[in-house]
Amino acid sequence: MALLEIRDLAVRFATTDGEVSAVNGIDLDLERGQTLGIVGESGSGKSQLAFSIMGLLARNGRATGSVRFDGTEILNAPPKVLNRIRARRIAMVFQDPMTSLNPYMRVSDQMAEVLMLHKGLGKHEAVAEAARMLDAVKIPDARGRIRLYPHEFSGGMRQRVMIAMALLCRPDLLIADEPTTALDVTVQAQIMQLLADLQREFGMAMILITHDLGVVAGACERVMVMYGGRVMERAPVGPIFADPAHPYTQGLLAAIPRVDQKGERLTAIPGSPPNMTNPPPGCPFAPRCAYAMPACETMPPLDAFAPGRERACHAGLATVRAGHAPQPDLPEPAAADLEEAPAGILQEAKP
Amino acid sequence: MFGFILRRLAVAIPTLLLLIVVSFLLMHAAPGGPFTQERALPPQVLANLNAKYGLDDPLWRQIVNYVWGIVAHFDFGPSFVYPDRSVNQIIAAGFPVTLTYGGIAFVVAVAVGVSLGVAAAIRQNSWMDYLAVGVSIGAQVLPNFVMAPLLVLVFTLWLGWLPGGGWGGPVYWIMPVVALATHFMASIARITRSSMLEVLGSNHIRTARAKGLPERAVILRHALKPAMLPVISYLGPAFVTMITGSVVIDMYFSTGGIGRSFVDSALNRDYAVMMGITILVGALTILFSLVVDVLYAWIDPKIRY
Repeated sequence: MALLEIRDLAVRFATTDGEVSAVNGIDLDLERGQTLGIVGESGSGKSQLAFSIMGLLARNGRATGSVRFDGTEILNAPPKVLNRIRARRIAMVFQDPMTSLNPYMRVSDQMAEVLMLHKGLGKHEAVAEAARMLDAVKIPDARGRIRLYPHEFSGGMRQRVMIAMALLCRPDLLIADEPTTALDVTVQAQIMQLLADLQREFGMAMILITHDLGVVAGACERVMVMYGGRVMERAPVGPIFADPAHPYTQGLLAAIPRVDQKGERLTAIPGSPPNMTNPPPGCPFAPRCAYAMPACETMPPLDAFAPGRERACHAGLATVRAGHAPQPDLPEPAAADLEEAPAGILQEAKP
Repeated sequence: MFGFILRRLAVAIPTLLLLIVVSFLLMHAAPGGPFTQERALPPQVLANLNAKYGLDDPLWRQIVNYVWGIVAHFDFGPSFVYPDRSVNQIIAAGFPVTLTYGGIAFVVAVAVGVSLGVAAAIRQNSWMDYLAVGVSIGAQVLPNFVMAPLLVLVFTLWLGWLPGGGWGGPVYWIMPVVALATHFMASIARITRSSMLEVLGSNHIRTARAKGLPERAVILRHALKPAMLPVISYLGPAFVTMITGSVVIDMYFSTGGIGRSFVDSALNRDYAVMMGITILVGALTILFSLVVDVLYAWIDPKIRY
């Protein structure tokens, strides 16, 4: 039995402009100790997928399907059930360490309350244990600095505090939602290294959510590429980079700037992500896809084509692998499109 | 922090002086005077009165004498209209009354307002929310000069439960407290609700939930403190307004508080009483905005003075 089993998970938000579907029919298995990277651009539904696992969706969000953790159904479970699992078995590190820590509480109090609640420790023991965890995430002078408030730490140090807080109960699964997005590039590498080290040291499973393929390369065994709330491709990390089997994955890889191609223009995927209040029928990527064909009006199934590798695409594997697709025949953005764009952005931002 | 408080108190002195000078000048600029009556007094009598109360001195000398009286003897002068009473006596008689019903009304307004606001916010768009919002809008649009006679009508004339006026034991406090607290309670509830909703949507509350804290702990330990910041800045001035009383309450319930003395003194040009109460309100306002700042610093560790 897998540690985490997700079946047909869908997340929808009721907004004033209608229903936004953020996640559409996702299946996912994660074994103990495994690391999975979920990659996709903003609005691909990757964060909402994580929030729905933890029961942290915004008020107007509804999740359907099934999420079983260690055999227990936890999707839409009552708070009592969720609160026995949160922090204790599944912990989460959030994107923005500036606002995700409580600015009005000392770090010691914020960390100690986790241990007091879940481990029944007294205040003193809890603070001592929390300081040991700050040591583990390499915060210098942890014993002294645990008395400080979050704003007295730098961004990178705050994210270390966040990670330490998440690991206090030695969870079986750590979900890191864009843990480095809000940090300086130099700090990003340190935090990723730290996460990778701790994951190995604690032997926990990890879901790393990011829009940065480079981050995934170093830290994850498997990668799941999402677009428009659906899985486009899933594979071990090697093949994703060496042999992307989905046009969208190819586009993402092509968009990574490379040091050895000086002076070249950055490649971007033409078009913009779909408006999820009114998603295109079928494959959400089709409108931006160079290989789009009439069949793309229906969503292709996520099919295994090699051991451990799955893709959801109507275009033949050989065609995609050949990779010399003509630039898609997209019209220049007309004035009307530009006017529409802000509305789409707003709707996306709502969930 | 102590340095900050001392500095603020030091700044309060010139502020109060300015308040005194400006009020004094405005007061004297208004037409009429304490001895203006329908039948004009004989000029000799008027001149004698003016001489007795020092009103024939140049304005600057009057101000200097007045301030000196306060600084040297804490003497706010005699009432111009009630010759047997000093301003100190009038305030000493009236202020405890308004302090009592105003203070209780403040506690009631905060307790009910904050609970109502929090309850509405944590059950946003439920019947609880609509009820709380409805009650606070109703309470806000019902002015106390409508509320006061309604209370008297129901509880004194119809039910005969409460005395309709006067000042004595706690039964006399109930209606003034209710009439005064209602409006403030409504404002506090609305501010609490919107501020709580904002805090509940913030990232650190999501973190608190992700930690597996029960909802009660999320609200009380993580959300309440930041949600109180806007409420506190409203409460500072509101507290001063409440404990210095309301002319409506003092008139309808004949409580004898300084709210009524203040308005009477303005109408009678009772210069000394008017100045005395103005200074009292001014000093309290300065004091409680300092209290608000100290509370802010206590809640928000980022604020350092």
